[in-house]
Amino acid sequence: MAKLGDLARLIRSKNAGPFTLTFDVMFESDNAYQAVLAANVLTKASFAKLYNVPKDEVLFFAHDTAKAIKISIPRPYVQGDRDDGDAYGGQQHAPLVEIEVPA
Amino acid sequence: MNEVRVLSASGQIGSGFLESSFARGIELKPHVIGCDGGSTDSGPAHLGSGKPHFSREGTKRDLKLMLQGRNRINVPLIVGSCGFGGGDDGVDWMRDIALEIAREEGLKFRLALVRSEQDKAYLKKRLKEGRITPLNPAPPISDDVIDRSSHIVGMMGHEPLADAIEHGAQVILAGRASDTSLFATVPLMKGTGAGPAWHAAKILECGTACVVQRKRPDSIMAWVRDDHFDVEPMDMDVHCTPQSVASHTLYENADPFLITEPDGTVDTHGARYEALNDRAVRVRGSQFHRAERGTIKLEGAEFGGYQAIIIGGVREPFIIRQLDSWLQAMKEKFVPRVHEMFDGRLGPDDYDIHVRVYGRDGVMGKLEPLAHQVGHEVGLLFTITSAEEGTTDAIAKTFAHFALHYPIPEWRGLISGIAFPMAPAYVNRGPVYRFNLNHVVTPDTPLEMFRTEYLEV
Repeated sequence: MAKLGDLARLIRSKNAGPFTLTFDVMFESDNAYQAVLAANVLTKASFAKLYNVPKDEVLFFAHDTAKAIKISIPRPYVQGDRDDGDAYGGQQHAPLVEIEVPA
Repeated sequence: MNEVRVLSASGQIGSGFLESSFARGIELKPHVIGCDGGSTDSGPAHLGSGKPHFSREGTKRDLKLMLQGRNRINVPLIVGSCGFGGGDDGVDWMRDIALEIAREEGLKFRLALVRSEQDKAYLKKRLKEGRITPLNPAPPISDDVIDRSSHIVGMMGHEPLADAIEHGAQVILAGRASDTSLFATVPLMKGTGAGPAWHAAKILECGTACVVQRKRPDSIMAWVRDDHFDVEPMDMDVHCTPQSVASHTLYENADPFLITEPDGTVDTHGARYEALNDRAVRVRGSQFHRAERGTIKLEGAEFGGYQAIIIGGVREPFIIRQLDSWLQAMKEKFVPRVHEMFDGRLGPDDYDIHVRVYGRDGVMGKLEPLAHQVGHEVGLLFTITSAEEGTTDAIAKTFAHFALHYPIPEWRGLISGIAFPMAPAYVNRGPVYRFNLNHVVTPDTPLEMFRTEYLEV
């Protein structure tokens, strides 16, 4: 059992404009990328559950050339509003790092 | 074969680039030099206040090198989203820097200032006509929202920039512009493929963000042709790979394959990336789907009051185990204190006290899956906001003292329940702003929302 953070070359989150948050899980090798996709531990449904957001608001993409999984959701708070604690959206990916990926 | 070379000086004017990288770019004789100057990325304060993000010194250094480089090879220089928010103040700020450099360095050029701040009467007319539509997600829009905005900008496409070049502009300082438009304009004018022109522009707009290991903001060049483009960083020690270039369409973009522009959509589903050598990449197969009607995205920011902050920490286990009820109770008990302090003129709806708990859910808020786990200490960030600067200051001063000594039932006697790392405990941060628009306008023409002024420098 490895963690997603050990398999990826980069896991990051970022604003995609003031109203959208986007997550990139990027891999060095095709093997790691395909293994994570096949393990089904990072899906639209699992993400919605982990972040407690409605599944139909989650956009999920697999980008084979970039060897990357990308997920986008509406921002929980508009960027810069009183309740927003992350102006750049750069620290919202942390729970993804800990996802267990079966070998 | 038609080839247009496009030099991107850096990801953001003012963030810097290596003089040697930029000079190498100039030697390769680009047809245009571009640099983006703004974003919404650091929050609504820049658009709301009109104040720039980067320093005047850093911006002047970058602009000087660009103006001198442009002068050497006599090609257009396009700087977009001047002053960060891209409002008229930002264009004026950049104009003054450009004029100062021209005087000091003896440079002459025809300057176009393309302003993108929006007329409120125009927007209300378009709203009434049903020609302002929300993107997803978007806050509500009304005449009132338009009226109370401190600044609203429209994000221009390539058309106002092309129009300025057709009118002889050698240097264009633009208000809010789509980052890609700055780099797509000249290739489109010279008739390269629209797919390669727009996709290359997306890769160029962040400078060297698309390289394998970014050392610093720096210059990068694209060779745009009919059915493909090549991209290569100007620093010989920096590399692009097919994966690093393909990955760049992911950055700050909700959909990694489709990128929406004012007059259509860049589609990279069919893009194929090929290494030309260990530093340069060729991209084929990018498409551009022209929209039936072009749209201009609006960005708006409104004043959200005057704010003060208080930073503190709690280590005491009895307080931590009842943290939420303790914080809630102190806010409630503070209401009569405000009432007496302002002689009844100020009620609980006239100010806002918000607290963020670091060590629990301070970073992620309602997205935090581990919000039930609290460590042995927590950090507290209070924000106090009201419509008047004096009121905010008075409430912040009083609340810091009130919160410090707010009791818990376990202890009999006066407690000091918050560790303040600074004295005074509060900091006034002045006016704050909030984003209030995520909408597009359907104009009659791509030029009607932008105003161009020409100066002979």
